[in-house]
Amino acid sequence: MLNPIQVLCSDITSLSLEPEPFASYTEADIISTVEFNHTGELLATGDKGGRVVIFQREPEGKTEPFSQGEYNVYNTFQSHEPEFDYLKSLEIEEKINKIRWLPQQNAAHFLLSTNDKTVKLWKVSERDKRPEGYNLKDEEGRMKNLSTVTSLQVPVLKPMDLMVEVSPRRVFANAHTYHVNSISVNSDHETYMSADDLRINLWHLGITNRSFNIVDIKPVNMEDLTEVITAAEFHPHHCNLLVYSSSKGTLRLCDMREAALCDKHSKLFEEPEDPSNRSFFSEIISSVSDVKFSHSGRYLLTRDYLTAKVWDLNMENKPLEIYQVHEYLRSKLCSLYENDCIFDKFECVWNGSDSVIMTGAYNNFFRMFDRNTNRDVTLEASRESSKPRAVLKPRRVCQGGKRRKDDISVDSLDFTKKILHTAWHPTENIIAIAATNNLYIFQDKLNQEMHG
Amino acid sequence: MFPKGTKRKFSDSGDEPAAGGEDVNQPSSVAVRMLSSYSLQRQSLLDMSLIKLQLCHMLVEPNLCRSVLIANTVRQIQEEMTQDGTWQIMTQALSAANAAAQCSADRLVATEVLCRQTEATQGEQVLKPFPAVGSEGCPAEEEVVVEEEGEGGVTMSTVSPQAPTSYLPGTFGMDPCWEEENGEDEEEDEDSEECGSGSEEGDSDRLVEDSRTAEQVFGTFEIKNPAPSPDPALEELFSDVDASYYDLDTVLTGMQSAPKMGPYDLLESLSSHGPSPLSSSTSCRSDLNELDHIMEIIVGS
Repeated sequence: MLNPIQVLCSDITSLSLEPEPFASYTEADIISTVEFNHTGELLATGDKGGRVVIFQREPEGKTEPFSQGEYNVYNTFQSHEPEFDYLKSLEIEEKINKIRWLPQQNAAHFLLSTNDKTVKLWKVSERDKRPEGYNLKDEEGRMKNLSTVTSLQVPVLKPMDLMVEVSPRRVFANAHTYHVNSISVNSDHETYMSADDLRINLWHLGITNRSFNIVDIKPVNMEDLTEVITAAEFHPHHCNLLVYSSSKGTLRLCDMREAALCDKHSKLFEEPEDPSNRSFFSEIISSVSDVKFSHSGRYLLTRDYLTAKVWDLNMENKPLEIYQVHEYLRSKLCSLYENDCIFDKFECVWNGSDSVIMTGAYNNFFRMFDRNTNRDVTLEASRESSKPRAVLKPRRVCQGGKRRKDDISVDSLDFTKKILHTAWHPTENIIAIAATNNLYIFQDKLNQEMHG
Repeated sequence: MFPKGTKRKFSDSGDEPAAGGEDVNQPSSVAVRMLSSYSLQRQSLLDMSLIKLQLCHMLVEPNLCRSVLIANTVRQIQEEMTQDGTWQIMTQALSAANAAAQCSADRLVATEVLCRQTEATQGEQVLKPFPAVGSEGCPAEEEVVVEEEGEGGVTMSTVSPQAPTSYLPGTFGMDPCWEEENGEDEEEDEDSEECGSGSEEGDSDRLVEDSRTAEQVFGTFEIKNPAPSPDPALEELFSDVDASYYDLDTVLTGMQSAPKMGPYDLLESLSSHGPSPLSSSTSCRSDLNELDHIMEIIVGS
């Protein structure tokens, strides 16, 4: 039915970064977050083992036309370690829940990474020169015998092999009782927020011993708890606006100018429930798993279990657009509840121009929807597609009835292969897809040819 | 997925409509079938949800969002069951069954079997006990009779249909899994804990207590008891053990009281003292020994 969409990433070529086929992996290798930086030059991934891997895009070179645009490992470091909460006698997972890059202000790059409890600010810097010619120390750093020093010299910087250093600059700890699910850097580049299940805290990037609570939905009696915060984000341009989503499918836009505690929302975005589709699972599948402002700041993109929705900030009573990601699962909700898949939290992303949205699904499928032409495509992140410059073929899930060649039936979908985390380059048609322990990077062939 | 049990009808004296029977009977039997299928599914969903709330990772704090969503689903089902009267009937049957105090032994055995199954696989086998115990159709006309002592756990279906449905939640009573040492202990506690301790309270109380279910689930996210100590039950002894332990909700959560006290409380509530019915249950015996040990410490002897 669908030809590769010309407007979208048609003829996507893939650059896989996991060369070993069928390598067995440990649970620690499962990628838990993916994020491009603001220029798209760097791509960071976090995994369940608390590690962060940063990839850097090779600059366009004239000598090797096909290597330009490739992402290679830039640095790997251990961001979080497993901890133990002695008060509650519980382990604190080291899994990286989110990574957010700070806008670049000098030669170094900064990123925030968080696990369930602690946010850390990391500085990523390069060193390609080293000083030589110290007066008191020799080349190995040992103290010189002062009697041999007869003259003074000025140390000079000599080039050396590039070294990438990562160092923790701030640790923002002990501010969250519940599990942190989101962090978002403010457009003022000075503050950021961290959101857990019940509270959102505002931090200054330079101050670690104090944070301000700006949203608190914890009821006085925990027995009255029926709703939790699932995601939160600052507006890309207005530093006073933030949005947070809930497990009941609502979005709340808050203005920090109104009050110190933004429990009262400025706007509430909620779609009225469709009575014909009501079931015991209605609430669960309405829970919003991710919310993202468009780059323009005009729209909101949300993901719930079966759909992705685009909201206009000016219209609260219903979404602007609704995209069915995998409606064929609606009849399987009971089984998906049984095996816990119904609680999977899929993320969603905008492309650079806000014309296309993308989100993941099962069987290593991911979906892209073009908002302008209303066309969509299903693609698969798999070993077959990982051969360099292989073109991705659109996939289709059939629900019985006419079945074409290469169609997958709903019952043969692999629900253990889920694409929860995806990222889109801020300006170009380059996407990063995390499939369990593998990272796939796909590029628009058109894009590549233009540069080649 | 669900077994084809004996079909019972609401109001009639239970005669099966003959093949090609009267038109009057046909629609009602279809309706009953649909209703019973829906009730079965609903019950199955309720049981599944309660298991999910209880079975959780011991070492890592469970996902609050997931727990809230499941708890909301449970609440929704309970509300609906209350509305159509099923819930009230269940609890009434349960309390009547308690008064009979006859089934403790086979209930415990049944529980043990159930829990063993649950222990084996979380996903696939969970549903297996349910068909056996799912209530069919409107239980209004069912007599509260506890029978078939000797057949053991597998034949739970022979016990009064209400009873299983009412004590199934308790069977999978939500032990404070994050308070226990390991899965083994947890399963043992389930074995010994009296599932079927209902209450004589009314419907409105039920809803109030249902909300306390949530508190017990979410309360643990605040502060939990310390890690397994030499006497893990010691802490729980001093937690608020009150009469509500015997309530359905407390059983649902299993949070408030010491699971290891299960057998003792069970016996008290059923007013059938003496461990003889339980002597067959080795897990209970070990719990009793442990309780003795704890009592010694408290008394200081």
